[in-house]
Amino acid sequence: MSTTETNAGETPEVPVDPNAVSISINGRSVAARKGELIIAAADREGEYIPRFCYHPRMSSVGMCRQCLVEVEGPRGPMMVVSCMTPVADGQVVRTETEQVKRAQEGMIEMLLANHPLDCPVCDTGGECPLQDQAFSHGPGESRFVEEKRHYEKPIPISDLVFLDRERCILCDRCTRFAREVAGDPLISFTQRGNNTQVMTFPDEPFASYFSGNTVQICPVGALTAQPYRFKARPWDLEQRESTCTTCSVGCRTVVQSSRDELVRYQGVDSDPVNWGWMCDRGRFNFQSVNSEDRLGTPLMRRDGSLAATSWSVALDAVAREMRSGGAVAVLGGSRGTNEDAFMWGLLADAVGSTMRDAQMDDGLPSSVFSLPQATIDSACAAGTVVLLAPDLKEELPVLHIRLRDAATRHGLRIIEIASHDTGLTPHAWRSVRCEPGAQQDAVRSVLADAEMSAQLAGGNVVVVVGRANLAESAATTMAALDGLLSAVPAATVLPVLRRGNVRGALGLGLAPVDGNDTASVLEAAAGGKVACLVLLGADPLSDVADADLARRGIAGARFVVAVDTFLTRSAAQADVVLPAAAYGEKDGTTTNLEGRVSNVVQKITPRGTSRADWMVAAELLHLLGKDAGVATLADVQRLMSARFPAFGAAAASVEVRRNGVVVTSGGARQPAPAVSVTPRSSYDFRLVVSRKLYDLAVGTAQSPSMANLAPGAAVLVHPLDAERVGARDGANVKVSNSHSSVVLPVVSSGAVPRGTAVVPFNQPGADVRGLIRRGEPVTDVRIETV
Amino acid sequence: MARLTEENVRLAQEIISRYPRPRSAMIPLLHLAQEQDGYVTEDAMAHIAGLVGASPAEVYGTASFYEMFKFHPVGRYVINICGTMSCALAGAEDLMHHAEEKLGVRMGGTTDDGLITLERAECQAACTEAPCLQTNYRYSFRVTAESFDTLVDDLRAGRLADEIPPHGTVARVRQHIPADKGAGVHAPEDVKSAPAWLDGKAAL
Repeated sequence: MSTTETNAGETPEVPVDPNAVSISINGRSVAARKGELIIAAADREGEYIPRFCYHPRMSSVGMCRQCLVEVEGPRGPMMVVSCMTPVADGQVVRTETEQVKRAQEGMIEMLLANHPLDCPVCDTGGECPLQDQAFSHGPGESRFVEEKRHYEKPIPISDLVFLDRERCILCDRCTRFAREVAGDPLISFTQRGNNTQVMTFPDEPFASYFSGNTVQICPVGALTAQPYRFKARPWDLEQRESTCTTCSVGCRTVVQSSRDELVRYQGVDSDPVNWGWMCDRGRFNFQSVNSEDRLGTPLMRRDGSLAATSWSVALDAVAREMRSGGAVAVLGGSRGTNEDAFMWGLLADAVGSTMRDAQMDDGLPSSVFSLPQATIDSACAAGTVVLLAPDLKEELPVLHIRLRDAATRHGLRIIEIASHDTGLTPHAWRSVRCEPGAQQDAVRSVLADAEMSAQLAGGNVVVVVGRANLAESAATTMAALDGLLSAVPAATVLPVLRRGNVRGALGLGLAPVDGNDTASVLEAAAGGKVACLVLLGADPLSDVADADLARRGIAGARFVVAVDTFLTRSAAQADVVLPAAAYGEKDGTTTNLEGRVSNVVQKITPRGTSRADWMVAAELLHLLGKDAGVATLADVQRLMSARFPAFGAAAASVEVRRNGVVVTSGGARQPAPAVSVTPRSSYDFRLVVSRKLYDLAVGTAQSPSMANLAPGAAVLVHPLDAERVGARDGANVKVSNSHSSVVLPVVSSGAVPRGTAVVPFNQPGADVRGLIRRGEPVTDVRIETV
Repeated sequence: MARLTEENVRLAQEIISRYPRPRSAMIPLLHLAQEQDGYVTEDAMAHIAGLVGASPAEVYGTASFYEMFKFHPVGRYVINICGTMSCALAGAEDLMHHAEEKLGVRMGGTTDDGLITLERAECQAACTEAPCLQTNYRYSFRVTAESFDTLVDDLRAGRLADEIPPHGTVARVRQHIPADKGAGVHAPEDVKSAPAWLDGKAAL
C-alpha cells in the first residue's frame, strides 16, 4: 500500500518481553509478540500480504478477505484471514502458495465484478490499491459478463467529500474511521444486503473535521475530496515529506504538487504525533497558497495608498526607519519556520529592540515552557490528564484524536475543567464546569473531591494547559495551573498554544523581553512610543481580542511594516508590505507544541518575488551594517546552533527523521499569583470567546472549499437563560457591556451552563471583540432582546 | 414526520432499561416508531439515536437492513403477495396482475385513499397453502381472484378492523415487564465471575 500508511521508515524496536513468540513466514523464522496479527508481523518482515480493509491504526474487521494466507493446522494447511488471526508460537504461515494465489485471484475477480472500469477518469487511478493489486494478485480476466451494478455517480456526502458508490468495495475503512478514530459516526453501511452502500443519514452530511482522512484511506476511488477532484494524475505528482504548520500539533504530511502548484497534502504516519491522520483544515488549506489574492510584490505607501515597488526600495525604507533610533517592535513569527523566527530575533537584538512577541495576546506566558514538559505520547500514556484547555477538537484536532483514543481504548482518565461542553466531554472521566475566572476554584474543588484527588494521587498526571477563553485573562489559567501543580508536584505539563510554530518562535528569540508582550507593545505604540512596528505574519486587527487596543496600536505606530502572504486588515494599514513565501514555498524546521523539531520543505516556487522571512531579516541586517553572514538556510542553522544549541542540533538532524526531535526545555516551577475576580451580577452573563476549527483565518477563508464552513457569529446560552432573556432560537439579541454592544443571533444550547455566554471567535457576521478589554480578568455582558 | 410522543418516550425508556446497553434497544424502538406513524420517519430515527446514544446514521444503517421497516408512508394495510416457487406454480403471477387491476396500483404502490399498499414478497413459509399473501403480516391462504376481492372489500368496509391492526402494530397486547421481573442481563464486560451453574465445568 502507499508509503503514507505504514511507518516503514522507522523500524520499531522489538522489546524483549515474556510475550515473545516465534513464527515462520514462508520458511523464514520471524519474531513476533503474542496478540500481534499475522499481517502486522508479515509487514514488519517485508512480506507483503495484499489487503484492502486492514489498516494498522484501526481495529481489524476482516471485511475484504483479500489477505487470506495458509496456516499449518492440525488437519493440514488451512486458509485464514491474516488481519484477524493472531500469531501463535510455532505457527507456520505461507503467503505465496498455489492455494493462496487462487484465493487472492478469486477475491479480486469478485470485487471487480461490480467495480466499474472507469480508471481512466478516476482520480485514484494510478495510486489505487485495487488497481495495483488487480495487476499483482489478480487473475487478469473476469468471467463476469453481466451488467454491473449502477448508482448515481458521485454524490456529495459533505461539502468536502464526494462518494461514488459504484466504485466502493465495502471495506469499512471510512465508516470504521468515522466511528473509531474521529468519533463522528455520521456515515454507516445502509441498505445492507445486496445493495449495501455507505451513506449518511438523510440531510445530515458527513461534516466531520476529519473527513479528509477517509478519502486518503479509501482503497478505491469511491471517496474523493472536492479540492483535489480532477486536479492532477498521480503519476504527475511530485511530493516531499513535510510537517503541517496549520496548528501546533505538527502532523507529518507529504506535500504534493503538479506543474508547480500545490494540489494535495496527505497524512504520513508519525508514531509520536499524528498516526497518519490530519484535520480537514490542515489538509485542504493548500488552496490558500494557490490563491489569486496572494501578495507577489512589495508594496509601499505613497500619497496615502499602497503601490507596488521593488524589494530594494522597500527594504531601504524599512532600514531607514529602523536606523532612525526610535523603538523597533516585532510582533508575530509563529507562522514561519524556526529559522525565520531566529533571524528576526537576531534582527531585533541588533536594533536593540525589547519589544517582541510571537503571540497575539491569545496564548499563555512563555513561562509555561519552563515547567516540566510532557509529550503527546506521555499524555496518552498517563494515568490522568487534567484539561485546563480550550476545546481541542476545535483548536488542535489531531491532539483531540490522540487523547480520545487513549481515553476510549487505553484507560486514560481525563478530568476536564472547562466553561462549557467540549469535544472531549463525552470521553472525560469527570467534567468540572466553571465560570470564566473561576478555574482556581474549580481546581480546588477537584482537589477536595475524594475520588478525583485519589486519582491524581495515583501518579502519572499530565496537565494539558492552554488559553480556553479570549475574553478572560491568561493569568486566571496560570493561577489555576499553579494551584494544581502545587498539589500534584510530580505532574508534567503539555502547553497547547495553537499557532503553528509558536513554540519555536518563542524559544528562538521572539519571546517577550521584560514582559513586553503584544498587549504592552500595542499600548506603547498607541502612545506613540514605537517608531517601527514589524508585523511578521501577524494581523493584530483581526487576531487580538481587545480590538480597541489593536486599532489604537496600529494607528499610533509611526511606521508599520507587514511581512505577510496576504494583504490582511493590518497589512492594509501598513507603510510597507513585504510579500512572504508561504508554507510549501520554503525549507526550514518547525517546532510543535511538545517542542518537537521537524522539517518543513519547499515544494513550489514562491509566489511572485516573495521571500522567506529569514531572508528579509538577513537583508535588513546587511542594510543596517550588521550583516550576519548568512546566505543559505544552512548558514542560518549554523548560527542557530551557536546560539540555541538544542534547536540547532535538532534542525541539523531532522532532515532524515520522520518523527522529529524533541527539544525539551523545562525547569523549576515559578509560582503564579492568584487572581481575584469580582463576582458576576445575577443579571449578567460571563463571556466565553473561543475558537472554532473554521473561522476567518486567512488560510481557511482563502481556501474556497472551506471558506463557507465557518459556523458564523452567534451567542450560545443555556436554554433556560434564552427563555429568561425572552429570545427565541435564532432571534437577534443585543450583547453589551460598558465598552460596546453587538447584535448576534442567539442559540440555546445544553452544552453551556447557566450564566455563561459563549461566542465563537473570528466568525463571519458581527465582531464580538469590542466587548473585551485587556486589563479586565473576565468580561461580563448583558443580553437583551432587540 | 414526527418524533416519538411523550407516551412512547416513556415506553422507550422502559424498553431501554431491559438491556445492559441502550443501543440494544434500537430495533424495538424502531418498531415503536413504526407503530406510531405507520412507517419510520427521519425525525423518529434521529430521536431514537438520541435515546440510545447512537448517531442517526447508525440508526438508519441498522433500520435499512430490515425489509419490514418502511421509510416512506405506506397504506394502513400492506398486502404482500408471495411470488416464490410454490406460489408462483400455483398462479401467483396471475393473482398479482389481478391485484394490480383491482387496486389500480402497480406493485409497490399505494391506493389513492392511502388504505392499501401492494407489494411482492419472497417465501412466507406457507407453501402448502399456495398461493398465499399477508395483510400487515396476517395470512390469507389459497388466495383466488374472488377471495382477494373479498379481502379488499372487507378491508375497505372496515370489517377486518378488529382482526388486522394498522400497519406498524406488531402486537396489540404490549409486553410489560416489571422492573423486579427483568432477566437481569449484564453486559459481557461487567461479568466478573462464571455463573453459579457452570460449577467448574469447561466454558461453553
